[in-house]
Amino acid sequence: MTDQPPGGGSGGVDPERPLDVPEPPVTPGGPEQPEPSGSVVPPSAAVSQVDPRLVMRQQGFGGYLSEFKRRVRGGELGSLPVIFGLIVIWIVFWSLNDRFLSAQNLSNLSVQIASTGLISVGIVFVLLLGEIDLSIGSVSGLAAALLAVLNINHGWGDLASIFAAMGVGLGIGLIQGFFFAKVGVPAFVVTLAGLIGWLGLQLYVLGDQGTINLRYGGTIHKLTSYYFDQVIVGYVIAAVLVGLYAVSRYLEYRRRRDAGLAVVPVQDLALRTGLLAVIAFVVAYVLNQWKGTPLALLIFLGFVIVGDIVLRRTRYGRQIYAVGGGIEAARRAGVNVSFIRISVFMICSMMAALGGVFAASRIVSAGQSTGSGDVLTNAIAAAVIGGTSLFGGRGSTYSALLGMLVIGSISSGMDLQSVNSSVKLMITGAVLLAAVVLDSVSRRSQKASGRA
Amino acid sequence: MADTADSSGTPVLALSGVSKRFGAVQALSEVDLDVRAGEVVALVGDNGAGKSTLIKVIAGVGPPDSGTLTWEGRPVAVAKPHDAQALGIATVYQDLALCENLDVVANLFLGRELMRGIALDEVGMEKQATELLTTLSVKIPSVRIPVASLSGGQRQTVAISRSLLGDPKVVLLDEPTAALGVEQTAQVLDLIERLRDRGLGVIVISHNLDDVFAVADRIAVLRLGRNNGVFDRRTVSREDLLAAITGAIDNVVTRRQARKSGEDRGDQS
Repeated sequence: MTDQPPGGGSGGVDPERPLDVPEPPVTPGGPEQPEPSGSVVPPSAAVSQVDPRLVMRQQGFGGYLSEFKRRVRGGELGSLPVIFGLIVIWIVFWSLNDRFLSAQNLSNLSVQIASTGLISVGIVFVLLLGEIDLSIGSVSGLAAALLAVLNINHGWGDLASIFAAMGVGLGIGLIQGFFFAKVGVPAFVVTLAGLIGWLGLQLYVLGDQGTINLRYGGTIHKLTSYYFDQVIVGYVIAAVLVGLYAVSRYLEYRRRRDAGLAVVPVQDLALRTGLLAVIAFVVAYVLNQWKGTPLALLIFLGFVIVGDIVLRRTRYGRQIYAVGGGIEAARRAGVNVSFIRISVFMICSMMAALGGVFAASRIVSAGQSTGSGDVLTNAIAAAVIGGTSLFGGRGSTYSALLGMLVIGSISSGMDLQSVNSSVKLMITGAVLLAAVVLDSVSRRSQKASGRA
Repeated sequence: MADTADSSGTPVLALSGVSKRFGAVQALSEVDLDVRAGEVVALVGDNGAGKSTLIKVIAGVGPPDSGTLTWEGRPVAVAKPHDAQALGIATVYQDLALCENLDVVANLFLGRELMRGIALDEVGMEKQATELLTTLSVKIPSVRIPVASLSGGQRQTVAISRSLLGDPKVVLLDEPTAALGVEQTAQVLDLIERLRDRGLGVIVISHNLDDVFAVADRIAVLRLGRNNGVFDRRTVSREDLLAAITGAIDNVVTRRQARKSGEDRGDQS
């Protein structure tokens, strides 16, 4: 393209183009091209012309309502069902036992979900490729065992042990990713072998000790037991988060407007920022009613946010979505599919290892049962419940947070009711099935309305 | 680009003696093809003649078993799609060209995203995408909707527009008009002529001889994986071209004659 800056158009503003040119209305049918073939049409000033066929949202509240109806019909529910479900779950458990919404219980809940939530952030990356990793439970257990053995038996430092455990996670991801991407074994089989094999290694590492207790008050223990008890900390963090969100959205708005592109109304930005601010400050307030802002929650949130930025704002993340949406198209566009696959499995296993570290920190020990049981299913279920598709190409790390809140709330609520664990398992299974059904159905209606 | 815009000069891209085998099938044997700057070469042939295989060889998707590729006079190896892109070869495939879950902008820039630091330059990409599509008179509802919601014809125009973003010197089009309506076919043909006028070499695969005669300068025929003649569009007749494509010289009548002459020599077949 001779009239485009090739490649690196920094700032995206063409100096030869007058800015802020009011766009002439485009008539239906658009400007036809009557010129003899071969002539080059000069770029018109109408940069952000809008096709009349495109359904635009009307202004005002009615606009939001009709947009909402259209989305529900088209299966573009996003995170609405899970937020709605979460509210229902909270109301139900609160009506059964008003301690459910107490500051203490909510604070505990926020720490409880961190371990499996971190694993779930990793599995989101794999699910985006349309693949699955069944080994995450075993990898988290192995990482916890290694952490304990290195820290207690071999006297490694706390941080060194944590990083070593995460490094082993990276290595495991490299091995599994290699067999999947280079050898061509289905990920399901590779990670099923990993599920068994890494559990075996976990038992081997623990030896005949069975369970190794960690040090109380050490850095590892503090990961899930430290609270910022100064009231101000929670509010400052909330303010910073809201501020960063508002500034980044506003800068994006300004750049789009300056480039002559379609922009969302400013009221929209204000509404979203206000909503985020209310949520952030309510959370900070509730947490301050108990012990303060938990470190574990901040770390979990940090990984969720960073993961989302990586996925949506970087070239690497874009390539992950591309591989998940059409592997052949991605390969032909020059995406290194093997690299993407291997690196995603490395991220997933590393997050599983970090989740294992948090699990060990929470119970201040690592044993043969760490990482077993419902860790694997809960992590995958959380991602799917939160809205990440099992079919690849759709989802975000926020689904790990939302899904973990749902699963954690059900679990915590039933614990308060002293429900038998048999019932808990059945209900969690039903919730997972409901989420997958929702995923499949919404995918079908998205196909019908052309938004796969 | 201007220095190579002489259509009688050295070919931008030349293939010689390219062979490719899939198991028991010799898909290509000793195929030659060249394209100069500012020239449209149509690649025609019956089903299974090896057209798509040849395109894949050039695009680096399926490297040849033997034969050489020459780029602007020097031999090059194209083992990966990235090699072809780096040289300046852009390919538009018949199918599987777009990621349905990504929006139009993301698809246009897939593999060559604009960056601001380490972040994607979404504004810059959207601006360029809109300008490009406007320049090419490509009509889609919005550049921010997923490709899944576009019609087949709209997807094809997006796929072709996509190939132009990398500032290529040679564009390969695999059946660009196969899925298009009448008006969109005309748009694509206009687009191909615009590429030629910009000094690009264009290789078009097509089954539609009307399209071929409308835009091609030269017409290369493949038959059963071999070269079966290169024709000048201005001098070749439709009948001769069809004969070369279908191998009509090798038809029932000629085979019968050959058999008869064989019988005359007492050779029972």
